[in-house]
Amino acid sequence: MEEVVQHIGPLVTEISGFIYPNEIALHWGLLIVVYPYLTGLVAGAFILASLVKVFDVKALQPTYRISLLTALAFLLVAPLPLLAHLGHPEKSFEIFLTPNTRSAMAMFGFVYAWYLMAVLLLEIWFDYRKDLIEWATRERGFMKWLHKTIALFSKDVSERALKFDAKALKALTVIGIPSAFLLHGYVGFIFGSVKANPWWSSVLMPIVFLFSAIVSGIALILLIYMVVTPARSRQIDMNCLDTIAKYLFYAMIVDFSLEALDFIHRIYESEESIGILAELVSAKLFVSLIVIQVLLGMVIPLAAIASVMLFRVPAELRKLIYFVSALLVQVGIFATRWNVVIGGQLFSKSFRGLADFEMTILGWEGLLVSLVMLFLPLAILYVLVKILPPWEDGYGARIAGG
Amino acid sequence: MADSHANNGGRIRRRSFIKKLFLAAASLVVPGTTYAKGVLGRLRKWIVDDSYDPNDHYWGMGIDINKCIGCGRCVDACKTENDVPREPFFFRTWVERYRIFEDNEVLVDSPGGAMEGFRNTAEDEETVIRSFFVPKMCNQCDNPPCVQVCPVGATFKTPDGVVLVDTDYCIGCRYCIQACPYGARFLHPVTHTAEKCTFCYHRVTQGLRPACVEVCPTQARIFGETKKRASPLVRFMRMNKVSVLKPALNTEPKVFYANLDMQVR
Repeated sequence: MEEVVQHIGPLVTEISGFIYPNEIALHWGLLIVVYPYLTGLVAGAFILASLVKVFDVKALQPTYRISLLTALAFLLVAPLPLLAHLGHPEKSFEIFLTPNTRSAMAMFGFVYAWYLMAVLLLEIWFDYRKDLIEWATRERGFMKWLHKTIALFSKDVSERALKFDAKALKALTVIGIPSAFLLHGYVGFIFGSVKANPWWSSVLMPIVFLFSAIVSGIALILLIYMVVTPARSRQIDMNCLDTIAKYLFYAMIVDFSLEALDFIHRIYESEESIGILAELVSAKLFVSLIVIQVLLGMVIPLAAIASVMLFRVPAELRKLIYFVSALLVQVGIFATRWNVVIGGQLFSKSFRGLADFEMTILGWEGLLVSLVMLFLPLAILYVLVKILPPWEDGYGARIAGG
Repeated sequence: MADSHANNGGRIRRRSFIKKLFLAAASLVVPGTTYAKGVLGRLRKWIVDDSYDPNDHYWGMGIDINKCIGCGRCVDACKTENDVPREPFFFRTWVERYRIFEDNEVLVDSPGGAMEGFRNTAEDEETVIRSFFVPKMCNQCDNPPCVQVCPVGATFKTPDGVVLVDTDYCIGCRYCIQACPYGARFLHPVTHTAEKCTFCYHRVTQGLRPACVEVCPTQARIFGETKKRASPLVRFMRMNKVSVLKPALNTEPKVFYANLDMQVR
């Protein structure tokens, strides 16, 4: 109790105008910012992978498997911030046992389980099955058994079986695209359907979430590919990189247009809440929304990639521009999540005042835990890459060669 | 083929065996469910007292703005009656003071939820053209957004129209707090579960009135049935022009205000 009071007490001085007395404490903190950011990366990475299988974009083949593994690594961590923020994480299984079917949040477990089990794990399994069997025959000891187990002890590498694998893969990707849309569109719906909160309540919210997810996922794969390839002392495939950047650019155009539409629509309709929202943006979100999200995270990377597409730019400079742009995009999309989650709680539902958010360093809702959650997927990805090498020229080829 | 059993050398076929097995098992369930229903019914009776049938009631509250003097007795009584933490960030009910000045400037405040009433401030030196107090609380919506969003169904509407929280079920996700347009919910700092006004359900089911209604010195709060003719609330709604907070959100509140000002949100 005293701890809570100590935390909330000082916030009273930060209030401007009038807020309902229960509104002093922000209820969804940094962890809930991290959650949509992570799921967004999952959906985005998966969409990029789907481009290869469904739309047959051959140039992206080098990033296909790493995209899937990235999606898996981030998906495994995605529920952790949710769990950590609950008042009673030990009761969270109730969501599965007695879900309230009218609650958007109750569907989380089911959407998540569907995406993990029915889409991602199956797709990875079918894609790796042949390689797993081949690796297992050439390996010894622990890795042999690990790969055998992951292949679920299947041994059939006949023409017919491989054909089925390919077919299954395609079918799974076709199911996977709407599922990825569902996964992140759903996260947007959790916010977009709260009619009490005019900053959230927007039919565009799921779609904006979805496209910002695609943007962040593509940018992440671009970053991972650009870091890992030189680390493996391989040449970056410029055709592949240009193609990723191209798709990143298109996704950003759509995302930016949707956000602009939402913005213009709000101003034009000018509902009851417009006064407090304008105050919110100018007083509380100016840096995170206007400077970081729009300028650094959207306008500058868009202009940079556009200039690469318009002018002939040497490969080395192109790499630099892509890398910096993708980094800025990550920061921008994180700011987008911040502005939605935190921004939506900084104004009073009386529309008469603004509250304040003070980030703590320690504790479950603190900065450290969130940082761990943000970097944990990368550690998981490292392990996944060791177990399931995604490179066509690397591990598999080396074992095959002797 | 006179008897299908003959095909299997006199043995019962697997399919018909399973069928019969299911029928036999189903007959076992019938007394079980009937018994469970009986037990649940008795349990509910035991919890809410024998003489009280929630299906016979539908509760609501009327608040007359003109009568409220902003003494804050209701806030204090609520905290005492319901063990609400006394720190000024947790309220099941609170009182807001509205002052509208000559230049149409609106000043709203609720220092400490008005638990100790209000004091004059420097602003009162200017010309106030309208001033009034507005007690706030959970509106016990008929179409409650908090119930809709609760992932585990811990927040629910009783047959007598009161929205309650089952703290044993609540996982503390705080979605209901976000969904409430009235700021009527908070997270209890000790139990880490959602909290709100219950219309003093423990009193109401005993035939008593909520604590805030009981202590109000001016009878600004009227508690009663929304649907029966012989009810103080129905009389209140006949004698006054009433309105609810944020009607556009279609939450259908059951807390009705008389003489509500346009500035109140």
